[in-house]
Amino acid sequence: MTDTLIPVTTRKDWSSDQDVRWCPGCGDYSILAAVQLLMPELGIKREDTVFVSGIGCAARMPYYMNTYGMHTIHGRAPAIATGLALARPDLHVFVVSGDGDALSIGGNHLIHALRRNVDITILLFNNQIYGLTKGQYSPTSEVGKVTKSTPFGSLDHPFNPVSVAIGAEASFVARTHDMDRRHMMEVIRRAFEHKGASLVEIYQNCNVFNDAAFETITAKANRDDMLIPLRHGEPIRFGADGDKGVVIDSQRGAHLVDVADVGEDALLVHDETRDDPSVAFMLSRLATGPHEPTPIGVFRDVMRPDYGGGVEHQVAAARDERGPGDLGALLRSGAVWEVS
Amino acid sequence: MIIRFAGDSGDGMQLTGDRFTATSALYGNDLATLPDFPAEIRAPAGTIAGVSAFQVHISDHDITTPGDAPNVLVAMNPAALRSQLVRLAPGATIILNADAFDDRSLSKAGYTEDPRADGSLDGYTVYEVPMTSLTKGAVTPLGVKPRDAERSKNFFALGLVSWMYTRPVDATIEWIQRRFVARPEVAEANTVAFKAGHAFGETAELFDHPFEVKPATLPAGTYTNINGNTALAWGLIAASQLSGLPLFLGSYPITPASDILHELSKHKNFGVRTLQAEDEIAGIGAAVGAAYGGHLGVTTTSGPGMALKAETMGLAVNLELPLLVIDIQRGGPSTGLPTKTEQADLLMAFYGRHGEAPLPILAPRSPSHCFEVAIEAARIALEWRTPVVLLSDGYLANGTEPWRLPDVDELPDLSVTFATEPNHVGDDGEPTFWPYLRDPETLARAWALPGTPGLMHRIGGLEKEDGSGNISYDPANHERMVQLRAEKVARIADHIPPVEVHGDVDDADLLVVGWGSTWGAVDGAVSRARQAGHKVARAHLVHLNPFPPNLGEVVRRYPRVIVPEMNLGQLAHQLRAEFLVDARPVTKVRGVPFTAAELEQQIIDHLKDQA
Repeated sequence: MTDTLIPVTTRKDWSSDQDVRWCPGCGDYSILAAVQLLMPELGIKREDTVFVSGIGCAARMPYYMNTYGMHTIHGRAPAIATGLALARPDLHVFVVSGDGDALSIGGNHLIHALRRNVDITILLFNNQIYGLTKGQYSPTSEVGKVTKSTPFGSLDHPFNPVSVAIGAEASFVARTHDMDRRHMMEVIRRAFEHKGASLVEIYQNCNVFNDAAFETITAKANRDDMLIPLRHGEPIRFGADGDKGVVIDSQRGAHLVDVADVGEDALLVHDETRDDPSVAFMLSRLATGPHEPTPIGVFRDVMRPDYGGGVEHQVAAARDERGPGDLGALLRSGAVWEVS
Repeated sequence: MIIRFAGDSGDGMQLTGDRFTATSALYGNDLATLPDFPAEIRAPAGTIAGVSAFQVHISDHDITTPGDAPNVLVAMNPAALRSQLVRLAPGATIILNADAFDDRSLSKAGYTEDPRADGSLDGYTVYEVPMTSLTKGAVTPLGVKPRDAERSKNFFALGLVSWMYTRPVDATIEWIQRRFVARPEVAEANTVAFKAGHAFGETAELFDHPFEVKPATLPAGTYTNINGNTALAWGLIAASQLSGLPLFLGSYPITPASDILHELSKHKNFGVRTLQAEDEIAGIGAAVGAAYGGHLGVTTTSGPGMALKAETMGLAVNLELPLLVIDIQRGGPSTGLPTKTEQADLLMAFYGRHGEAPLPILAPRSPSHCFEVAIEAARIALEWRTPVVLLSDGYLANGTEPWRLPDVDELPDLSVTFATEPNHVGDDGEPTFWPYLRDPETLARAWALPGTPGLMHRIGGLEKEDGSGNISYDPANHERMVQLRAEKVARIADHIPPVEVHGDVDDADLLVVGWGSTWGAVDGAVSRARQAGHKVARAHLVHLNPFPPNLGEVVRRYPRVIVPEMNLGQLAHQLRAEFLVDARPVTKVRGVPFTAAELEQQIIDHLKDQA
């Protein structure tokens, strides 16, 4: 903790001795690899790093990281991580969660961790299905989905995790997917570097219960036309030749256009740092699901006081003003009298 | 002398009672108090539902309860009179605000006849004082508007009662000035009203002579007057100081526990961190996270919140991390009686989790005792790496008593030893850290904090392999771990004091076993029964799980055992199950504590019953 020298490490140093037990072919493997490959580049120590998870397939991840870790209970990881991050601002706290864990049973904790801006990095593995309980629909599953618990099709309108996070005024919101290691590493690095709460939605394939859910947009052959890369300071455009783009107008909000029809100057220039979350929210609504052109990258990265910093500031200010606590004086702080 | 102030919930009765208590404490009386207020912030004015009362028992000898039947009632309106009359001692004195007894107020209170005229106050000494108009008359010359003027009438009542009991005046006037410093006109009006009430008592011929309650003879020392929630908060701060671990409170506001959050949030210079969480589950979750990081993790709540925290308490049992779960019990089930006291969460504390999830349970016996029990709960949590439940209740939380301040240098050392080195050699010959290697005596596991180089490990809610802490589905391992966790808690019994028996220790015909806030009433009842010639003993439990090591012998020693509790017999159930004794429950679930008189009668009845 006090030693500032960061030893050079490799992926192996960040890998625990436990056998990884996800189903063969699960998208979680590639996310784990991306994280383990990224960690040596972050300039942090293993002992100062904690992975906290709830319940679900994704929640097994802490066991595979050679760091400190807590595999807790369903939905509560953001709350538990909040306590840890507030108690120990010297630690790097990651939360690993899934769509059911983060958005259904733990939805309340997620939005409040984001709104408070606790300094934690939340990786939300979204596979649009319940895997560990074997194939029920999730709060991100599409309407009409036929699953074990919805033999006649799901009636639930799904959450868009990025919209939820922006709605909670999260200070950092991004999306990536399990088929592009470089993109994952870059986005998670940005999330880690952000001071405050950051949420990364990772489209993740569940090859057993919801195979190919994201194939329409993430398959190599489809990416150019179906993924809209968000790059700060650049006009938002996509397609093999950059022939398509995004504009905002007063009548229709954000929508897709052919660049040839509107001209390059009409395209929306992406600004992650815009304080008002409404444009980022509009971008999150461009696709109704992973079958339409979908933005990926960093939607929002704004500076806002982080909660833990505020807590530490108040503790320090109280000590400056009143000195360190004196128990004897505390007990005598009300009206006292002597009996002899 | 037991005095009860009652009025509309907007009349400031809690403030009046509080102040009368403070001034009595300064005067040197022993005292005990019982606030009794409605859950509604402001129920319809003038109705029975809106009555707020405050009872204080002042005495020139050591007392342990807020008293049985009041000797004096101050009633600010007809609803207050009607709701409180049944509680009064025969021949009690009633001081009425005569101005409030108009037809409309009488009918709002449910009176068809004026009780002052229909004989229902026969047998009481009734003083009718036009408090509203006298207060208005006193303060309107200051330029206060008539409607605001009326609001000072509780200070008129306070002045009147202060005169009756010869309470010092200056301290209250100073207090009024301090309390209302931001609103000098209010301070002035209240001061004038207070003085007017005092002068009225002195000059009017209503009272033959002032009452006098002389100072009590208490053991020498420095005293302060304290309620249970404040004592508990201070005990938590003390435990933090004694252990060297910063205090972290994760909590969600709930009556009657919120004042602990309020109090702790004031003391950040002690390194206290408080999180008002988004819900009860997040409150305990954050406390678990902070505990993992090496803080003294605490969550505070009442019954409904305890139910929500159950799963996380099970996690803490499994993680084997220190955690304090503080339940200020109130009437239940469900929302129940939020502002009334009860002791009906005991079996929830014992068994309210899935799986075999035993944890230690403690209960303070009086408001000031909350300080000591908070420290004891922290001692057990830290030494045995376990969540501990502390069961206080609404009566202890809000009740006050004089507290002889402890010498802080004599409080126990709670320092913790964290793991800093590997404690095991792996199959590969390399030193490694096993988080579930245990102390052979206490069975407490090794505790390494994040940030410690070389000891990285993962813990979680899944069953762990004995020693290594790796996930294990092995049947024999699970059974061993279940038994180890139970044995660890059971062994705490070797490190707690034996239960003491008081009264006719050698030849009692009946033993009264109490826990929690019944202590004062049990003590009073046993003393009275013994004075009446009965052979009675009592034992009070602070440690409820595990029980003190000698409890089985004690409860089997006497021919009759009764267990008074504010539930339907939960401790009695445990004693019967654990020790195969015919412990008889004595129950009361009315939202108010037992009185010593009630319990004295129970003792006599039980002695007769089996004689």
